[in-house]
Amino acid sequence: MADLTSNFLGIPSPNPFWLASAPPTDKQYNVERAFRAGWGGVVWKTLGFDPHIVNVNGPRYGAVWGADRQLLGMNNIELITDRPLEVNLREIKAVKRDWPDRAMVVSLMVPCDEESWAAILPMVEETGADGVELNFGCPHGMSERGMGSAVGQVPEYIEMVTRWCKKHTRMPVIVKLTPNVADIRNAARAAHKGGADAVSLINTVNSITSVDLDTMAPEPAIDGKGTHGGYCGPAVKPIALNMVAEIARDPETAGLPISGIGGVTTWRDAAEFLALGAGNTQVCTAAMNYGFGIIKELTAGLSLWMDEKGYRSVDEVVGRAVPNVTDWQHLNLNYVTKARIDQEACIKCGRCYAACEDTSHQAISMSEDRVFEVIDAECVACNLCVNVCPVENCITMERLAAGSVDQRTGQTVSDRYLNWTMHPNNPMDKAAE
Amino acid sequence: MANAPTTPGIAPARLDPQTLAAHFADLEPPFGPHEAVVAADRCYFCYDAPCVTACPTEIDIPLFIRQIQAGQPEAAARTILDQNILGGMCARVCPTETLCEEACVREFAEGKPVEIGRLQRHATDALMARGIHPYVRAAPTGRRIAVVGAGPAGLACAHRLAMRGHDVVLMDARPRIGGLNEYGIAAYKTPDDFAQAEIDWLMKIGGIETRTGVRLGETVTLEDLRAQHDAVFLGIGLAGVNGLGVPGEDLEGVRDAIDFIAELRQAEDLARLPVGRHVVVIGGGMTAVDAAVQSKLLGAEVVTMVYRRGRARMSASQHEIDHAATAGVRIITDAQPVAVHGNGAAQEVEFAYTHDGEAGLELTGETFRLRADQVFKAIGQKLAGVPEGLTRAHGKIAVAGAGRTELEGVWAGGDCTAGGDDLTVTAVAEGRDAAEDIHAALTARAAA
Repeated sequence: MADLTSNFLGIPSPNPFWLASAPPTDKQYNVERAFRAGWGGVVWKTLGFDPHIVNVNGPRYGAVWGADRQLLGMNNIELITDRPLEVNLREIKAVKRDWPDRAMVVSLMVPCDEESWAAILPMVEETGADGVELNFGCPHGMSERGMGSAVGQVPEYIEMVTRWCKKHTRMPVIVKLTPNVADIRNAARAAHKGGADAVSLINTVNSITSVDLDTMAPEPAIDGKGTHGGYCGPAVKPIALNMVAEIARDPETAGLPISGIGGVTTWRDAAEFLALGAGNTQVCTAAMNYGFGIIKELTAGLSLWMDEKGYRSVDEVVGRAVPNVTDWQHLNLNYVTKARIDQEACIKCGRCYAACEDTSHQAISMSEDRVFEVIDAECVACNLCVNVCPVENCITMERLAAGSVDQRTGQTVSDRYLNWTMHPNNPMDKAAE
Repeated sequence: MANAPTTPGIAPARLDPQTLAAHFADLEPPFGPHEAVVAADRCYFCYDAPCVTACPTEIDIPLFIRQIQAGQPEAAARTILDQNILGGMCARVCPTETLCEEACVREFAEGKPVEIGRLQRHATDALMARGIHPYVRAAPTGRRIAVVGAGPAGLACAHRLAMRGHDVVLMDARPRIGGLNEYGIAAYKTPDDFAQAEIDWLMKIGGIETRTGVRLGETVTLEDLRAQHDAVFLGIGLAGVNGLGVPGEDLEGVRDAIDFIAELRQAEDLARLPVGRHVVVIGGGMTAVDAAVQSKLLGAEVVTMVYRRGRARMSASQHEIDHAATAGVRIITDAQPVAVHGNGAAQEVEFAYTHDGEAGLELTGETFRLRADQVFKAIGQKLAGVPEGLTRAHGKIAVAGAGRTELEGVWAGGDCTAGGDDLTVTAVAEGRDAAEDIHAALTARAAA
């Protein structure tokens, strides 16, 4: 049996699944339910100073649904905790006392001055919490007040605040990053320079989920008006995976622990985050969508997969895929594939034909009796036919063997690695000179 | 005192009113809005979709399903009705399992097609519920066209002609408009008087004058119609019924299945409609199934359907046959009637087993008898009352192209013509296409 225990930043937890700072971790009641269900840890919903903030009294969440109301993406305009600081601290202390084996990290957001951070950190320390997470991510509401992503979008601020926190606490400091930036690496580098023990990402993405076409109001609408909220759920996972990988492979932040967040819904999503360099994962939307019971699938699934692959511990998985993330210019241009259609599996819907004929390279033929075949002389192996085919594995991309001729280019396929930097068409190519 | 399924003879009220109402309610309930969107999401929006090819009216099925998926069933209905003005009825009665749904790639892939028929009903019901008739007439042409027979072919023809700006006189021998939609379809397929609701909706186009009780060759002649109109369309169906040709056929209790089905459709109170305790239906088509199933639903104790050939040769679809079996109808194949026995009224039908021999269907010599208070004949209908001058082909009116008969200015379509299956949807297609051909001919004549 694979060992799922996690020791992220020296904080022990029975598995690498923490609940992210969000409504599910807002109070003792929820968190204890989560721990009873089996969650490895929580990042307590972001604390701020009293007087505590207030939330809107209308809808806080918007959604994007699939046809059968699958929740593909969700956004929110909820702010940080709207309960008194003292209440939160008391509950955090009680929970940590009763659940010593679970990770208890506390998310924080206070004004951007050293006194504020110096004031709140000892209060958290006193609860016995395992660490703090600096909320530099929330894109709505708090950012208008100079907090949240307003800090996370300015690397100098990230570094500065991180440095204050490291100065004023012995606890591990995790810096939570906003994806609403042009290059996530700048934010991670700033956190690293400031002495962060880890970064966690992504926070939510600026978004409007839909527009009510009768009232002409963006959703979620409050009295006829709407504002951008933070987008989360399965829809943001690809964005998060990329940002995690960018940080994991950046030489300037090499070795900086990452807590992976963004659309983790099943064990597989979590395994992908781990493979791209995350030391653990945080989950929110999936729990909000299905309840805490999904932890049993997450842990059992990850464990089974690790057993099948022979990974004994989580750390053995972490970063496995990072060496395979590269820049476009390093991709092998001599890797030549062609689409292949399994005629036995084909159900003759013609979607590959429509897609290729209308929007790609006219590389699929259609006969009178609806037999669809790839025209190698036209196929650029774009993979669109694979993506639109409703039958899994019906269309696959098969590599042309070295020595065979690519009918499209007329050139013999080489087994030599050739990337853009080496290509004669590259005006910057020095090797060709 | 109400009767029971076991009450001897032919008797009404074998079941209580609640049970009867439940038996004749919607066979397949309509989709709710969410169900419809989920069902629509299963459509792959195939290129040059096989379902469209399989539809006699060539409805753009992927398009209308996508319109449902996109939350506009009314727009979907417009797509359907553009091709098939009786899309509401066809959604209920089409043997989709042998047409669009059989061709569906998901039928091929999973044995579970997109539910095209039910989706079509969802769309057309949505539009009709809003009382919208989305078509307007073109400028009046001053042309006047007689449409004889107000069944699916005649209705489709009349609507399309009216839309093209012509004035239409739609006539039928029966007291109500609708033809087989009104008289020939099982009640549970079209509850709540849907046929008449659809006709009322169709007539909103305007320009269609209806005349009932008009019998071609009796109250009016084709020659008169031709003289008085710019064109004539015949959608007269198959008014004749094949007989058994066996001793005892004239005994009391032996009747044509289509009459029973029509009577049931017109019945105001099903509890007053008598049915036998032991019912025997002879035939293997949709009419036989409809008569057998409805006898059972009315409370007949034992209903047996007997077909002279093997099951594979039955013209009723597998879906229909399964439905009959589920309803409790016993199905006997490879047996044909040789006599009806009884003393004044039918008591038994004697059958002989058959097999395919060199000279066609042969009797094996073995016979058996079934108890029968009531015997329904459903062994096919035939053309009757065809005016002079029209050529016949395969027992039907011969037509060329879009329903052109041998006679100048006379078109025909639907069951009375050769070509195409005898389906509602085929009749609609033929009526529609004949209308366009009439319009083209009249326009060309005007231009000449």
